[in-house]
Amino acid sequence: MSEIDHYSQVWTHRTPRARLFLWAFWVALAALAVWCWQIMTANTIWAFVWDAPRQAADIGSRMLPPRLSYLPELMGPLWDTINIATLGTIGGVIMAVPVAFMAARNTSPAPVILRPIALFIIVASRSINSLIWALLLVAIIGPGLLAGIVAIALRSIGFVGKLLYEAIEETDRRQIEAIEATGASGAQVLSYGIVPQILPAFWGISVFRWDINIRESTILGLVGAGGIGIKLSASMNTLAWSQVTVILLLILATVIVSEWISAKVRKALI
Amino acid sequence: MRESYPARWSRPPQIVTDRRLRIALQLGAAIYLLLAFGTIEVDWQRVAVGMERGQRFVAGFLQPDFVSRWNDILRGLIESLTMTLTSTILGVALSVPIAIGAARNLAPRPVYYVCRSIIAVSRSLQEIIIAIFLVAMFGFGPFAGFLTLSFATIGFLGKLLADDIEEIDARQAEAVRATGASWGQLVNYAVQPQVMPRLIGLSLYRLDINFRESAVIGIVGAGGIGATLNTAIDRYEYDSAGAILLIIIGVVMLAEYGSSYLRKFLQ
Repeated sequence: MSEIDHYSQVWTHRTPRARLFLWAFWVALAALAVWCWQIMTANTIWAFVWDAPRQAADIGSRMLPPRLSYLPELMGPLWDTINIATLGTIGGVIMAVPVAFMAARNTSPAPVILRPIALFIIVASRSINSLIWALLLVAIIGPGLLAGIVAIALRSIGFVGKLLYEAIEETDRRQIEAIEATGASGAQVLSYGIVPQILPAFWGISVFRWDINIRESTILGLVGAGGIGIKLSASMNTLAWSQVTVILLLILATVIVSEWISAKVRKALI
Repeated sequence: MRESYPARWSRPPQIVTDRRLRIALQLGAAIYLLLAFGTIEVDWQRVAVGMERGQRFVAGFLQPDFVSRWNDILRGLIESLTMTLTSTILGVALSVPIAIGAARNLAPRPVYYVCRSIIAVSRSLQEIIIAIFLVAMFGFGPFAGFLTLSFATIGFLGKLLADDIEEIDARQAEAVRATGASWGQLVNYAVQPQVMPRLIGLSLYRLDINFRESAVIGIVGAGGIGATLNTAIDRYEYDSAGAILLIIIGVVMLAEYGSSYLRKFLQ
């Protein structure tokens, strides 16, 4: 009997203190969620919400069957969309490379001054969606392809810059040291020590961003920045739901193809 | 021994080894770029007019006006923040069972296919397109935005979490299974401890993304700070627009630093 007493403690998953903490956390989270929910839905018109299934059925019945004869008209905008994505990616990458070199701890020419600036550029570019960039640029340089391209380029800086500067910081220090030991100049260290190490990452990131940009450029037309989104918003404004179906299917097909291409290219690179 | 080292540096091998194919690819890329550049039609007069507006925007960004539209900005910000939190919580709550269903090592085949197709649909439709449909169904306002973000969260979190569950250490699961544990106990004691840190990290990351997206879907009427921004730009009030953009950047930076701190604290 006395031997068993030794094992009288029951195994528990967590310590009592951890359990208390966890419990308090869940209660707080639930309270916060309920509070936010009440603020958010204060002005919601519930009649519309209860009506939603009927609306959905209505839109669904109008969307089918898709009006496939609309497809040839979409080829021009589709070509524009691909161009926006490609040229925007190229522009973004060109701008992102110097930013990445400024932001990386080991290559920044002035870590105290330039590094925070570069990091701010990266955060600013990443936190503003391409649709907002497009909205601004359409107001500034007018509707059309150019606004879309610049929007995509500005949006890409942050993504490419962030991933690229992480790649630069992860370069093998020993290879760079070996090149420095030969008495190479700064530019030579860059082109023989750092660039060869980050080149595969660079191409991988660029292609990945191109794939994302195809996806994003399909909707830029909603704010007037060219591409297939213009047809989408025009069809929706005229309530031509059967055309909307065709456009959505085309967007879906384009996105799938671009994802496939990007996966193939990245596999070949790595 | 010394002679064995090459005296000259030679170029590393290329990815495309066939020289003719390589040149053809380069030529093709060049022709494509020329054609693509040709499609850009720039109305330089419009650009010249716009440059003045661009300067005003930059000036507005440097001297943001938080005051004159503060009530609208605050309302938009509160809508965005409440929308972000509630939709992330609902999205995470829904995506956990879907992720378990979409993990090949836990779910039977039919369930696996159903869950994977839910994830695929959610991932391939953009937030903005979903928002357009949901606004048409549920009316304007943050409720449609809340549903949009919740739906988008399912695709994001479901996929990453499902991939993570599939990659768990199978030996731990086997050890738990060897004790005669039921499926529920298996999930609770073998899978959950392994993926929990990742689930927390992903949820915080998605919170951050949802806030950013909440600034966009307002453009199509789904509530949030995007609606305020859209109005400000439409009215050429660039100083207010600059203020809103700075607020968005500030909140995103705060969320990023906060989440990285929280992750460190939890680990």
